[in-house]
Amino acid sequence: MEGREKYQLKIEDIHLSFGGLKALNGVTTGVRSGEIFSIIGPNGAGKTCLLNCINRFYHPEKGKTLFEGQDLSRLKAHKIASLGIARTFQNVELFGHMTVLDNIKLGAHIHMKSGSISGGIYYGKTRREEMALREHIEEEIIDLLEIEQIRKKTVHTLPYGLQKRVELARALAMRPKILLLDEPATGMNLEETEDIARFILDINEEWGVTIILIEHDMGVVMDISDRICVLDFGQKIAEGEPEEIRHNEHVIRAYLGEEDVTYSRLGA
Amino acid sequence: MRCGDFKDTYVRDEAIFQSVFVKVWLALFLVCLLIFPFLANEYVLYIVNLIGIAIIGAHGLNLLTGFTGQISLGHAAFIGVGAYTSAILITRVGIPFWWSVPMAGIMSAFVGVIIGIPSLRIKGLYLAIATIAAQFIFEYVFMTWESMTRGIRGINVPDPELFGFRFDTERKFYFITLFFVVVGTLYARNLIRTRVGRAFIAIRDRDLAAELMGINLFRYKLTSFAISSFYAGVAGSLWVSFMNIVTPEHFPLSLSIEYLAMVIVGGLGSVLGSIYGAIFMVLVPEILRFGTDFIKDIPAFQHIFAPLREVVFGALIVFFLIFEPRGLAELWRRMKNFFLLWPFSY
Repeated sequence: MEGREKYQLKIEDIHLSFGGLKALNGVTTGVRSGEIFSIIGPNGAGKTCLLNCINRFYHPEKGKTLFEGQDLSRLKAHKIASLGIARTFQNVELFGHMTVLDNIKLGAHIHMKSGSISGGIYYGKTRREEMALREHIEEEIIDLLEIEQIRKKTVHTLPYGLQKRVELARALAMRPKILLLDEPATGMNLEETEDIARFILDINEEWGVTIILIEHDMGVVMDISDRICVLDFGQKIAEGEPEEIRHNEHVIRAYLGEEDVTYSRLGA
Repeated sequence: MRCGDFKDTYVRDEAIFQSVFVKVWLALFLVCLLIFPFLANEYVLYIVNLIGIAIIGAHGLNLLTGFTGQISLGHAAFIGVGAYTSAILITRVGIPFWWSVPMAGIMSAFVGVIIGIPSLRIKGLYLAIATIAAQFIFEYVFMTWESMTRGIRGINVPDPELFGFRFDTERKFYFITLFFVVVGTLYARNLIRTRVGRAFIAIRDRDLAAELMGINLFRYKLTSFAISSFYAGVAGSLWVSFMNIVTPEHFPLSLSIEYLAMVIVGGLGSVLGSIYGAIFMVLVPEILRFGTDFIKDIPAFQHIFAPLREVVFGALIVFFLIFEPRGLAELWRRMKNFFLLWPFSY
């Protein structure tokens, strides 16, 4: 039916449970190269769980994830980064006591070579590598995300909105092929949300990065997504273009909570 | 006043020594350090040598505990391994002091990696307890492996020599210590601003996110243990050639705790902090000794004289933890910031 090559990231029949709670119940979906793919659904639908399975933070009982044809199921969590999968978190996971610049530099960890001896000597190749990194970060990332004025600040002193932006910057420093964004616009005012939406579009168009987006702000999701996948109680209930999703009766039922045995919250 | 310092290249912005002003001061300071031994007496130089050796050890522990966030209470054991390795190599194998120093470092690093293996699974206080085990194991080994360590009789070690020049006084040894302190400090400072050092701090701050950045936690934790123990080994090696003797009771648990106190008082996660902490922990007891000498003559205080010193020392540490929890390094930084704009406060 659907060729495997068609998808950059393919998720096949993922099952994940915590004790008796079924967090993901046979989710199958695929993300095409270069698109903005949104995952939406009510709270507790398993959206973040799905990202955690891709990242190998969670180990699903059943099912596999294929990235460009490679099975991720056997890889260690730290190996995922080198394939080109970057991510931001719902609750910012930055390195609080480091500066913004150092946080972003950490994103480039996998692209650098200096070791514990050459790093301590800091001469020649290591020095050139560090300078090239600084230049890349300044000109490509800091400039794009408009965070010039905070680059030397310690991260935990920054307001939440800016921290989210720094986290995005750090993910970009990984030069990812695919970027998983977990609620990038949560807790932001209208102006900041618009900024974030603009950044996501820029990254997608200028860098050609595939984006998987979890977001509750329906305005943003409907505006920028190419395709949307809707989860409810660990199951995929719909997938398609924004216009289809908007009129899908399962989706409306899940969000508005109509009396229905299958999707009723009382039954869970 | 040194405001108005602007940078126009990334190279200058990334430099450790940020302005000409700082470089000049640093050069002057180094010159002072070189002249210093010719002005000071042997007793002062004895203390300064001990401070230097403590600085090297503290750098090691700070890289592990302050930067990587792995608490170790086995640092004295690693220093001991370095000291014994060096002593045995010099006296049994006949290797010169200069070669024994890196070899002692490598031996300690090797031991450190083995002791560090549990760090992948356990954190915080649990890791502290696991490293105490190393402390007790090695104290026992130093004591009972008589064929190698000669037990409580200890090993006598000759003075280092270089092209027939014997470093037999405190004054001469000072230059050896100074060399290793400068090299050790520069290495630590450079390490933490490059890839490996950033990975260490990432592991300390948030290990989950570090893994997501592609940092192999196991490998970097063990690297941190190795580098930390290497410093400890070098410190132990210097110590043994400075003291000319090594016995098992020189590396008790209390020494490990003393090193931990150094990096806490100095400032966890600060290279300069290790230096301040080492100076504080070695110097303050000595100053207190002079300071309390006068009350020795007051009959009522005679019995409590010795414990009083310990109490004041302990109180000072507590005082620092309460009023300057981020250590002497933070105090120094705030002082610098104050004078940055002085005398105009805006």
